Amino acid sequence: MTDTPFLSLAIWVPIVGGLLVLATGSDRNASLARFVAIAAALAGLAVSIPLYTMFDVATSAMQFTETHTWIPRFNINYALGVDGISVLFVLLNSFITVIVVVAGWEVIQEKVAQYMAAFLIMSGLINGIFSALDGVLFYVFFEASLIPLFIIIGVWGGANRVYAAIKFFLYTLAGSLLMLVALLYLFMESGGSFSILEWHKLKLGMWDQTWIFWFFLASFAVKVPMFPVHTWLPDAHVEAPTGGSIVLAAIALKLGAYGFLRFSLPIAPDASQALAPVIITLSLIAVIYIGFVALVQTDMKKLVAYSSISHMGFVTLGFFIFNPIGIEGALVQMISHGFVSGAMFASIGVLYDRMHSRQIADYGGVVNVMPKFAAFFMLFAMANSGLPATSGFVGEFMVVLGAVKYNFWVGFAAATTLIVGAAYTLWMYKRVVFGAVTNHHVSELTDINGREFAFLSVLAICVLAMGIYPFPVTEVMHASVTDLLKHVAVSKL
Amino acid sequence: MTEMQKLYLLVPLAPLFGAIVAGLFGKIVGRRGAHIVTILGVATAFVGSVFVFQDVQAGNTFNGTLYTWATSGGITFEVGFLIDSLTVMMMLVVTFVSLMVHLYTIGYMSEDPGYQRFFSYISLFTFSMLMLVMSNNFLQLFFGWEAVGLVSYLLIGFWYTRPTAIFANMKAFLVNRVGDFGFLLGIGLIAAFANTLNYAEVFAKAPALAAMTVPETGWPLITAICIGLFIGAMGKSAQVPLHVWLPDSMEGPTPISALIHAATMVTAGIFMVARMSPLFELSEAALSFVLVIGATTALFMGFLGIVQNDIKRVVAYSTLSQLGYMTVALGVSAYSAAVFHLMTHAFFKALLFLGAGSVIIGMHHDQDMRNMGGLWKYMPITWITSLLGSLALIGFPFLSGFYSKDSIIEAVQLSHIPGAGYAYFCVIAGVFVTAFYSFRMYFLVFHGEERFGKAVEHDAHGDHSAAHGDDEHGHDEHHHGLAPGQKPHESPWVVTVPLVLLAIPSVLIGFFTIEPMLFGDFFKGVIHFSDSHPVMAELGHEFHGAVGMAIHGMTTLPFILAMSGVAVAWLFYMKMPAIPAAIMKTFKPIHTLLENKYYFDKFNEIFFAGGARLLGRGLWKVGDQTLIDGMAVNGSAKLVGVIAQLTRLFQSGHIYQYAFSMIVGVFVLLTFWFNRA
Repeated sequence: MTDTPFLSLAIWVPIVGGLLVLATGSDRNASLARFVAIAAALAGLAVSIPLYTMFDVATSAMQFTETHTWIPRFNINYALGVDGISVLFVLLNSFITVIVVVAGWEVIQEKVAQYMAAFLIMSGLINGIFSALDGVLFYVFFEASLIPLFIIIGVWGGANRVYAAIKFFLYTLAGSLLMLVALLYLFMESGGSFSILEWHKLKLGMWDQTWIFWFFLASFAVKVPMFPVHTWLPDAHVEAPTGGSIVLAAIALKLGAYGFLRFSLPIAPDASQALAPVIITLSLIAVIYIGFVALVQTDMKKLVAYSSISHMGFVTLGFFIFNPIGIEGALVQMISHGFVSGAMFASIGVLYDRMHSRQIADYGGVVNVMPKFAAFFMLFAMANSGLPATSGFVGEFMVVLGAVKYNFWVGFAAATTLIVGAAYTLWMYKRVVFGAVTNHHVSELTDINGREFAFLSVLAICVLAMGIYPFPVTEVMHASVTDLLKHVAVSKL
Repeated sequence: MTEMQKLYLLVPLAPLFGAIVAGLFGKIVGRRGAHIVTILGVATAFVGSVFVFQDVQAGNTFNGTLYTWATSGGITFEVGFLIDSLTVMMMLVVTFVSLMVHLYTIGYMSEDPGYQRFFSYISLFTFSMLMLVMSNNFLQLFFGWEAVGLVSYLLIGFWYTRPTAIFANMKAFLVNRVGDFGFLLGIGLIAAFANTLNYAEVFAKAPALAAMTVPETGWPLITAICIGLFIGAMGKSAQVPLHVWLPDSMEGPTPISALIHAATMVTAGIFMVARMSPLFELSEAALSFVLVIGATTALFMGFLGIVQNDIKRVVAYSTLSQLGYMTVALGVSAYSAAVFHLMTHAFFKALLFLGAGSVIIGMHHDQDMRNMGGLWKYMPITWITSLLGSLALIGFPFLSGFYSKDSIIEAVQLSHIPGAGYAYFCVIAGVFVTAFYSFRMYFLVFHGEERFGKAVEHDAHGDHSAAHGDDEHGHDEHHHGLAPGQKPHESPWVVTVPLVLLAIPSVLIGFFTIEPMLFGDFFKGVIHFSDSHPVMAELGHEFHGAVGMAIHGMTTLPFILAMSGVAVAWLFYMKMPAIPAAIMKTFKPIHTLLENKYYFDKFNEIFFAGGARLLGRGLWKVGDQTLIDGMAVNGSAKLVGVIAQLTRLFQSGHIYQYAFSMIVGVFVLLTFWFNRA
């Protein structure tokens, strides 16, 4: 262990960096803003890496812990720490921030400093969510992270951005307020503690557990998003700028799923067990129903947004079958989805920057003019369809194995994604990329430039590396997941 | 790591290296560089396989882990090798045919702008296929399984501007995914109940698994596992009703039709079931299922070969039918006969495909047999090798196909499991059908009237395009045909040398290997059959050497049927061409049924593809847009609006209304106050 407060650095380096970017002022200093932003993003990634390299995989205890008194009167602390469940998300978030800054480099020409600052500040806040061990601290980060994303969609978004931004905001805020009630109740029940780890040990009756579970669910289900509270996501994605979509898909959706593991399961284990069939059903609906909906989308971003919902269905499914392979598979799926959906949105962004259209029908024959891009897009499309040797396979495979173990028919329903997922992804790919050039807009396209090549290759390497050798990822999780399952198995009644 | 283990590793990695160099650095290494590096890679793999073969013959097998892929829930997911006689036989077949196809490609693809890309893909395929056959566990098997599917997808869509090609490749991938769905569930059941994915460990637990049932369904566990795995095999090895992708895969360049869609990848399912023989032996129900599916494929896909006019499609349907024969052999527990036929078929079918490709080159990319005829004069090497391939295919005594197919037929005859009677009928009738369509093709292409170079030109893909509703072919250059007066010509040596090299094993390999492979110890300890299915042992009693078998074979029913098939083909297509036309007219409904391939494609397109789109649109419009967004979300927004409207009435801003309400309120309160006592 070390005394360096890496978690605080992972939170505050991007935030301070973001404020510095803001200080560069108007668009006259846009290039300065860009360089400060990339420096801050890289610094944020650099301070996150020791979290992995120095992580002790043998223990399920919180690591890199920091505790400072914040508001003593209510026993609220600035308490941070990560375990095998959360540490990877801090890394993923810091990594995606770098990608987002690079992806928006020349694309964003207006209010550059504000754009970059919004992403950097959000990155810090999200690292806060994943490392907060205090209920109030968590809540503050959780809510604050909404604001930059709201601004990103509302300011740099498409034509219908205000509707999408408000829909997004209201949806997520409504859920959060119910969570706040649950947090305050836990504070009182625990005799005045906001420590999440204390809450894990708190005895609660079935009635208490049940409503607490539902209140948390209201917040987390919206974020994931689970069926039937998912309709904000396609709208938000369609209107968001590319960077916003990447962060939304790669990181923001993980917050809700993370909440299940940090709050719902350990705090209300009996209710979680009892209500698991509900969550499993909703997850399977997400996997199948949303898969079919994705099939008929005519807008590429909407298609990938629906595909995200379907993939996140695997995550919630994996959590609530309560076996290690399911939960670890779900966590792997979350990380992989970060890379793959991020890459998918980045690829669509590459096309959008050139054609200013997201409609599948406007494309066709892109491979003839953008062969390099087509190769990258093929890899990401295959990863999205869960092809082995890409990261997309690992989580789906593990969750299906876990699901078959839990109940054959659940596994059966989940495995249909093999067909439907491939169908919507490859059908889109065929219509966009393959074929003869269909119109003169496509014939004028230019292949990816060096900057685009750089961030697509980095994502491609991540997707392949995690598909070929996921061991370093699963290894980190074991102790914490085992501990969590042990905890959930013990009744609190 | 021992020397041998390094060699095991070298075999798959050498083609992978070639694929990476040719694929990512194709511009830098150039066309020559690309084919040199990939051919060196595959040649290394072949030579390595030969050494491994010798080592296995000396009695050294290997089962070990390369690296741990992941661990979770008590299961260790690994990547590792299992090297035994079955593996090494597959390695030899795959690397040899692949090497031939690499050489051949130099000639066949010489004018194609995607030259490096093509070499990269076929080397990548070789790597994937080797990883599949060398695997010692289900995870890596699934990896290879999907990876060969990916390469197949890329290669069928190689000419990506052709609408038919990019339709065919998506279809192939999705149909295979239907198979993989079953495959994954089979693997899932194994993981759930055996708690390991390692072959050896699963086989050790097989008797225990046989006693269990799937809790939610009550099915016998082992049957559920085997049928799940076999559904995967049905996709990859194109068994009815998941066969629909294979004929369409002919949209890809001919070398890959030979390598992937005839010799190697499509046999992955056969290989897998043979590898899983310790599991399948425990489930009679699964074996019967395998048998009936295989028999149906063997006969009914053969019928379709009769009505095809595209030379590649005849060979494709022949492949389907032969895969059916292999599957039948699996069903009657004659695993070694299935694998034996897999091997002989790999050689003669690759030969027939490459021969067809050579004809296509000679015909300047016209694939319609109605435009050919009399080619023997112009393409002697192609002619002779194709004749040898055709004779091997129909099971002419002493040729390789005779030994493998005859063994299968006799094994079926000896079997008593449910469905064996039906299967025997199918395989025996299939012999006639095979001989008929093979020699129909042979006579139409190589003999008779020279029909090429005429002004009238049939569209080689006419029927097929109509089926998909798209008439244009983006890539016109592949459908020239010969100009009037132009003669076909023999292909260059890079094309003919592989033909000759493939013709040799097509003729000889059956004769030399039947004894060790079927009745000797070659597969001992690798392929299992239980005492209740002793067909191979019984067959062994009747076997008295390869020569005796061939001589005896000339007196049996299959031989008579094969010869009459050839004779009828000769009569119909050489002597009296009016007969087939008359038959076609008389039996119009049957011909239409065959022309439409039993309407499988139409059904799938309307029911599955159309149904899925309809369902998706319904769920989207009704579920998401009307119910959730329309009623729940915007509905609650409206509800808030309504409540706001109502409450607004109380805040009108008019002082007299407020004053009036205050007075009423005070009055009500006072009333309560005074009446309280």
